[in-house]
Parts: sequence; C-alpha cells; structure tokens
Amino acid sequence: MTFDYAPAPESRASVEIASDYGLFIDGEFSPSASGSSFVTVNPATEESLSSVAEAGSADVDRAVAAARRAYDTVWGPMPGRERAKYLFRIARIIQERSRELAVLESMDNGKPIKESRDVDLPLVAAHFFYHAGWADKLEHAGYGPAPQPLGVAAQVIPWNFPLLMLAWKVAPALACGNTVVVKPAETTPLTALAFADICRQADLPPGVVNILTGAGETGRLLVEHPDVNKVAFTGSTEVGRSIMRTLAGTDKRLTLELGGKAANIVFDDAPIDEAIEGIVNGIFFNQGHVCCAGSRLLVQESVAEDVLERLKARLSTLRLGDPLDKNTDIGAINSAEQLARINELAKSGQGEGAERWSAPCEIPERGWWFPPTVFTGVTQAHRIAREEIFGPVLSVLTFRTPDEAVQKANNTPYGLSAGIWTEKGSRILWMAQQLRAGVVWANTFNRFDPTSPFGGYKESGFGREGGLHGLGAYLKTEAVR
Amino acid sequence: MTSDQTPSNAVELGAFLAGLPGVDEVGARGRAAALGTRSIKNDAKAWALDAAIGMVDLTTLEGMDTPGKVRALCAKALRPDPTDPTTPSVAAVCVYGDLVDVARGAVGDAIHVAAVATAFPSGRASRQVKLMDTREAVAAGADEIDMVIDRGAFLAGDTWRVFEEIVAIKEACGPAHLKVILETGELRTLDNVRRASWLAMLAGADFIKTSTGKVTPAATPPVTLVMLEAVRDFERVTGRRIGVKAAGGIRTAKEAISYLVLVKETVGDAWLTPDLFRFGASTLLNDLLLQRQRMATGHYSGPDYVTID
Amino acid sequence: MTHDRIGVRKTHKLFIGGAFPRSESGRTYEVATATGDFWSNASKASRKDARNAVIAARTGFSKWSAATAYNRGQVLYRIAEVMEDRRAQFIDEVMAGEGVDEAAARQQVDAAIDRWVWYAGWTDKIAQALGTANPVAGPYFNFSIPEPSGVVACVAPQASSLLGLVSVIAPVIASGNSVVAMASTERPIPAITLAEVMATSDVPAGVVNLLTGDPAEMLPWLASHADVNAVDLTGVTDRDLAISAEREAAGTIKRVLRPGPAADWDADPGMDRLRTFVEIKTVWHPMGI
Repeated sequence: MTFDYAPAPESRASVEIASDYGLFIDGEFSPSASGSSFVTVNPATEESLSSVAEAGSADVDRAVAAARRAYDTVWGPMPGRERAKYLFRIARIIQERSRELAVLESMDNGKPIKESRDVDLPLVAAHFFYHAGWADKLEHAGYGPAPQPLGVAAQVIPWNFPLLMLAWKVAPALACGNTVVVKPAETTPLTALAFADICRQADLPPGVVNILTGAGETGRLLVEHPDVNKVAFTGSTEVGRSIMRTLAGTDKRLTLELGGKAANIVFDDAPIDEAIEGIVNGIFFNQGHVCCAGSRLLVQESVAEDVLERLKARLSTLRLGDPLDKNTDIGAINSAEQLARINELAKSGQGEGAERWSAPCEIPERGWWFPPTVFTGVTQAHRIAREEIFGPVLSVLTFRTPDEAVQKANNTPYGLSAGIWTEKGSRILWMAQQLRAGVVWANTFNRFDPTSPFGGYKESGFGREGGLHGLGAYLKTEAVR
Repeated sequence: MTSDQTPSNAVELGAFLAGLPGVDEVGARGRAAALGTRSIKNDAKAWALDAAIGMVDLTTLEGMDTPGKVRALCAKALRPDPTDPTTPSVAAVCVYGDLVDVARGAVGDAIHVAAVATAFPSGRASRQVKLMDTREAVAAGADEIDMVIDRGAFLAGDTWRVFEEIVAIKEACGPAHLKVILETGELRTLDNVRRASWLAMLAGADFIKTSTGKVTPAATPPVTLVMLEAVRDFERVTGRRIGVKAAGGIRTAKEAISYLVLVKETVGDAWLTPDLFRFGASTLLNDLLLQRQRMATGHYSGPDYVTID
Repeated sequence: MTHDRIGVRKTHKLFIGGAFPRSESGRTYEVATATGDFWSNASKASRKDARNAVIAARTGFSKWSAATAYNRGQVLYRIAEVMEDRRAQFIDEVMAGEGVDEAAARQQVDAAIDRWVWYAGWTDKIAQALGTANPVAGPYFNFSIPEPSGVVACVAPQASSLLGLVSVIAPVIASGNSVVAMASTERPIPAITLAEVMATSDVPAGVVNLLTGDPAEMLPWLASHADVNAVDLTGVTDRDLAISAEREAAGTIKRVLRPGPAADWDADPGMDRLRTFVEIKTVWHPMGI
C-alpha cells in the first residue's frame, strides 16, 4: 500500500438550503412579482440546489424604493458610530457562521473547501471588520472634512468569489452611509441569500441591504434604475463597457472591476521553488476563475526549460475533484457555459500551434471540470495570450531582458495585476514602477487584504475596492471644479 | 543551477553554493503551512501511523543516560506496543557513542544503531577528536553516524572547512551510514539551510538531518521542506537519493503525518521509507502508538496504555 | 509725411509635439474679439490633427511620467515664470476675448499664473497625499501609490479662456499625464499664447498639445481613440455631445470626467482633479529573512 489520501469530505450538516428562495427586499423575503424563478446547480455534481426568484422590473423598483427609504430615514441620518456597530455585528456573525458559509460557497460555486474556508471566508469577515472601523472616522480619510454618502448603490457581483465580492462592495458602501441593492451572479446566489439571513440576525434596519437574484437582465434593470446613485460592477469587460454606455449622461457614479490577462514574470534569479508555487497559485487558485489570475507566464528564456520541468512536476501533484474534500486543490468549473468557453479557447491555442500539456488527473464523471493546463510555445499574437480565459489554463511565453518582459507584460488592453519573481531588490522596484497594472505582486501572488486597494488600469476598470482608496467609491468628495 | 561535479576546492564550492537559488522565507512558510492543512483519514492515516513508527530513530541523548535507560529504550524500539504485536519496530535507536555497545547488545541486528558523534551537540572540538569519536562509535557497533557540522565555520564563510570535515568523517564511517546534522536553528535562514544541505550532500552525506534537538527551533516544516527540495534537486542532477531526518520538536502523530505529507508532495512516494526519511524523536513514538490504538479500538486511548521508558 | 505704423500680425496655429503646425486640413476660422472685430484666422483642427496630437502626447507621456516629481514641479513653476513675463499680453488677450475690463482680466491672468505655482508645489506631494502604506494581516510590505493615467483629452471651458484652460490642464500634467486640450472655440487666442509659453518653459514636447477649432468635430475621435486613457469633458456645453463622448469612451473603459455645474475658477481647486487622472498601484512584497 502507498500513502493515498483517503476521502476527507467536509460535513454538509451545517448547511441548510431551502427548496426555494424569494427576493430579499426591505428586510423580508418575498417572491418575485412575476413569479418567475431559476435553479442554481452544484457544478461538481450537476444536482439542483435550490430554486431562486428572478427579479424583474417591478421587483427592482420595490428594492430601490426600499433602499431609498432606508437611506432617507434610517441609515443616512444614523451616526457613523452606530453604523459601525452594525458592521462589527455582521463581521462577528460571519465568523460564527464561517464554516457553514464556506461549505455553502463550495457547493454553489465549485471551489475547493480549503479555499472557501481558508481564503474567502476569513477575508469576508475581515472586510466587514475593516470597514466597520471607518464608519465613524470618514472625516479622517482624506476626502474632505465632512464626506457624504452617495445614496443608493446598485452592486452587481460576479460568480467567482460570490460572498467575498459581496463583502468588497457591501462593507464600504454601508460604512460610508449608503444603502445597497445587491445582484448576486445567476449561478452563485446562495451565499448572498445567506447574507440576507445574517442581516436579519444583526437586526440591520430593513431596506439597508436588499438582495435581488436574477441573471443579466435583472442586473441591467438595476443599474439603469433612475433612482440609483451609484453603480459598482465586477465582471467581464464586455458587460462593463455596456454599463458605462448605459450610464453616460447620468449623474450616477461608477466603479468597474473587469477582466485581466496578468503577466507573471519569472527571472533567472528567482527564488525558484516559491516562484513555482506562485505560478501555480497565480493561475490555478479558484480554477483560474480569478480576474487577476497570472494567466501569462513570462519566463526568462535562460531558465524556461528548468521552470517548465519543475512546474509540470508540481502540477502533477494537484488533486482535482470533490470541492468539499479537504484535500482538493482544483474544484469544478462554475458552469457548463464557462467550461465551453475554456474549451473553445484551449482549442484555439492548439489550432494556433501552441503546445498543450494537461496535468494527469482523473476527471469525475458528473459535473464540469477542466484539468490544469499549460500551453508552451505561445506568442503574443495567440488568442490564449490576449483573451481572458478565466479558467485553469496557463500560457507560457519567454523573454530575454527586463525591458522585453515589461513590454510584453504591458502589451495588453488589460492592466489589473502582475507578478515579479527575482531576488534582486532594485529590479523588483524598477519592474513594479514600469508595469501598468493596479496590483503588483513581487515574490508572491494572489494576496488580498481589506486594507489593500484592488483595481485595474486601462480596460481592467477604474476605481478601487479596499483600503482608504476604496472609500472614495462611496463618498461625495469635494465638487470637481 | 546545479553541478554534478564534486567541488575540488574552496573557490569552486563557494561559487556553487552562492549560485544556488534563494529561498523566499514567506513563500516557503506558506507552502509548508498549506501542506499542513491536508486531512489524512482512515486507511491513509493507518498507513501513515505505521510508516511513521517505522521511521523513528528512538533517541536518548542526555547526560544522565545509563546502560539501563538505553536497554529500556531498545526494548521499546523493538516492540513499541507490547499489547499489539502487529506494531512495527522503529528504524533505529540513537544514543551517545559510549552507549553504542549497550544498544547493539540489546537490539542485535534487528534494527539500526545510530550514534551521535563529532563532539555532539556543539561540534566544537578538534578534527582529531571528531574522527576518533566517529571511529570508536563505528567500532562499537554503530551502523549509522549522526554528525554535526561546524556551524561556526559555516557562518564564518569557511564552507570548505565544513566540507572537508564531512568528507573526512564519511571516510572514518567506513560502512556506516552518515547523517549530517545541519543544526538549522543556528543557521537561521532558509538560504543557509539550502546551502548547507547541498554542501553536505556534495561531501558524501547519506542523510541530511535538521537538528540536534538541543537547539530551538529544531525541526520545522519550512526547514524540512527546503531540505526535501534540496534532495529532490540533488537526485535530478546526480541520480543519487539522499535521505532526510527531521529531528527535535516533533511530538504528536498529527505533526508526524504532516511531515509525511510534506515528503510525499515534495519528493514523492519513493522517499516514504525509513531508508530515506526518519524522525529523530523520543516522545513522538507514544503519541503515534496512542493514535494507533485509537484506530484499532475505535475509542481514544490514554497515557497509561503506552509504556514510559 | 508720416504714417501710422502698420502692426505685424501673428498667424495663430496649433501646438502639437512642441511644434506649431497649421491644421493638416488647411482650414482656418475667423476669430473675433468680444466687440466683434476681426482678430485672427485661427487654425481649425481636424480629426487628423487630433490623431497627431495623441501620438505626440503618447511620446510626451513616456518622458514626462518618468521625470521626477521634483523636476515636474520645476517645470510647472517655470511656466508660471514665463507667463509672468507675458502678463501684459495675456491681460490684453483676455480683455479682448472675454470682453471684461482690465481689472477683471488682470485678476484672471494673475489667478492663472498663481494656479501654475499652486500645482508646481503639488507635484511632489500627490504621492504623499494619495499614497498609503497598508497594514495587511500578514508578513508583507504593502504600499499604494498614484501614477498618471496616461494621455488625457480635455475640452477646456468655453467662457474662461485662460484661467479655465489652465485650471483643467495643470492638474492633468502635474501628476505626469500628457494632455491634448481643445481650447475655447470662440476665444482660442490665450491658449495659443499659453502654447508659446509652454514651448519656452522646458515642458517636454508632446506633454501639452493645444488644438483650436470645434470640439464637436474632434471629441468623438478622441473619446473613441484607443490610445487615449481619459477624457475630461469640463468644457462641453452640448449635452448630447457629452453623452456620445462618454459612450465612445466606454469602448476602451476610459476615465471620464463629466461636465459639471458651472465652475467657479477662482475657488480653491482642491484635489479632485488631481485624483481623477491618476491610477492607484498597489505593490506587495514579502518580509522575511
């Protein structure tokens, strides 16, 4: 016998999923006006988890009205120190219920439990704690002596980090005194609905947080609603563009956190073992469903062969399978649609002459899966080097000199993140200065923290989430003169 | 990055060690911690507990050691759990050189007898004394020698002196296997751990070992990770497999199992054998036995159900 | 017999890449004083001039964004110094263009010069005011710094031909951006004079590019231009033009400053314009031994 890890499934006992969910408006769950609903599915098993109401125009009206009322009568007038206590309460409840939420997230999203448990949920709680403390200190944040909230914020959340992205948006909005209408992603509504229950446990006044489930159409109705003051969107650049067009000529404030095609740059003097880990974490964390994923490996030509040999050996140890197994490294692809897109781009990579290598792992019979895959012989002209794949697919390119690395890294319409691996301090700082990206990880990758602003350059969006800079997205600042 | 040429002088060795890639401490700690979250259950746990028992160098290294103490240790080493004959023996007993004959007499050829040598634990003695220490232990029946490197010389930059000493001790070992203790708690940085690992392997070590157990910190997962990476890379270049011994500070079965995870996922299953991975420990064995009893009986065991030696 | 001396008139041209070309289209338009007298045939810039200006601005950006903040401050202060030399000329031009009396014109010119001094002092403080060290929960050093967005296309205010213009371009270039500015259509002359100041103030070529003509003709091309990073619509008075420009800008997710309520250019500018045209970059590095 050898040392084969036995299945170690996390218990589902802490999670109760209702057979159907309504919309959370004004502190209460209610069915959609039209009665229409959709099903959310576990991507690892294709089993239906629950039926969720689909919000239409009347529901959007009602939710925005509830948010407006709460803003005018309760949340807006409330002193910051009291708002702070609500946020602290929410943070604590999230900690108390974190295992339940982690399991629920893994079931609805397909991400490995070790990530939802050790990354998503701790960060969700941390975001509420961090922003709770700002609620009564905004005058010290550098936005003028008496910064004011914007009003009602429409927040559209992606499916890759459903609860974490909700926290990134809801926590600063509430801390700054806004009320919110949140639209979780169609394929991952369950933790947002659990968050509604957390608002109930926290005694949050009705209407401060409203949650409208639905698909793209619901999101469109929400961002177009005339009584919304602020729109925050995380998702594809394509949808971001259309939201920006829609909002043209209005007074609505907008922040966009969009796609990316980050370069992860490995020099010949990199701390090699940690760089390999950084490459793996950069693109295979969360199945590569990460806007800031290090999807382009730029490796110095002199060490490319060695790096690839090590990388493939390391990838062969990755464990793909049941997201609820505590030893799973690679979970399920979130939806059949996303899997089709990944397959299509991978096929184009092969068609364009890049060489494909996939880690040897058994693919479960049911569910949506894609093995960790590396393309070598990729050039800047290949689609897989330019388009966001949003899956566990790494494109490997080489460079010879630091300038060439910078040129190739910046040669993209995106500019969300970048990675640098070298033991040479001055080169790190020079590279960090040259790279046109909102987050630069040097000798690390995919680290997040509520105090650390996150957001892109160029077509990766504008505005920041997190940190002192993130507050600016939810405050009226000095009038622009 | 690597060379299969044994360095022939101080300049070559120094250049080689300086050319090794750096270790980012935060990243290495992160990797070790991530592997520490592996959940080992059921059959895998049963296998791991037995494997770990079979990898223990059951150790007593006290000023107050006596022949009686060593004989008791040896009895435990041969039959760790007298209530369950399916329990494997440990890999070796590890004692001071002057008690090797007692240990060998007690265990016969059933398991290995390891002796610490070279002015253990400080390593502060003349080369002649260290060689004598080694030869006497081998003559008394030790088939494994756990030597300490000269950390002073290493930290002073005289790596060639450290290298030559290992070569000399290796020669003095004759047929005995040589484990080279790096005393990583005194080397402090993971860069030094990587360099010392390569130095020891190039000089002829059969095993590289983290610690004497007399310095804190002793074995830690990040240090062991870096040493495992070194033996992995050494094999890539030379085709030779070098063993790793994590010694000191490992007290629970849970920790021991997480080391086996570290081994499996860094160098692979081939290293999951007492020939290539060992634990230097004393109290660890009893916790492994308690966990083993728990798996056999289905209930938790207690300290009165394992022997104190 | 004596004659009155006949004045030597100047041809007012565009300012692109540090040079003063005529419009590539060969077009001009008649500019009159506030009292309706002929003043000049100003160049009527075309979309191709706008395109050329973007190319020049991209070149200027590489150099200007790489300059030290201290150096940018020196250059901005130099602009104030050179403007001060031409103070009388600017006062005459503002009087003629805006139809205000000499005191009002003087007040505006002085405010415009002082605005350069104000922003000159900002260049090496922006990173301190907008940057942060972030106490992340882990062994990492983490900091955020502002960096310029890139090439910014500006529609300068129509009424305030000098102070308004300076108030929109100074904060853009203070942080290291380069600018393609469309001057007040009816009152473009102070902008050209300002261009002459730029040309003699150590401002690298391409950092400031000034176009005269009709913004409605150029703005759609600039707003949709993939090598423009941000659009400042402050001077757009036609609401439909502003909306269509914002829509065009969405094509490459540009930063857009919408036209606001009528601005008081005499008021303290605050930091918001500086803040609008910078990107925040956050850098992480482990701390270990």
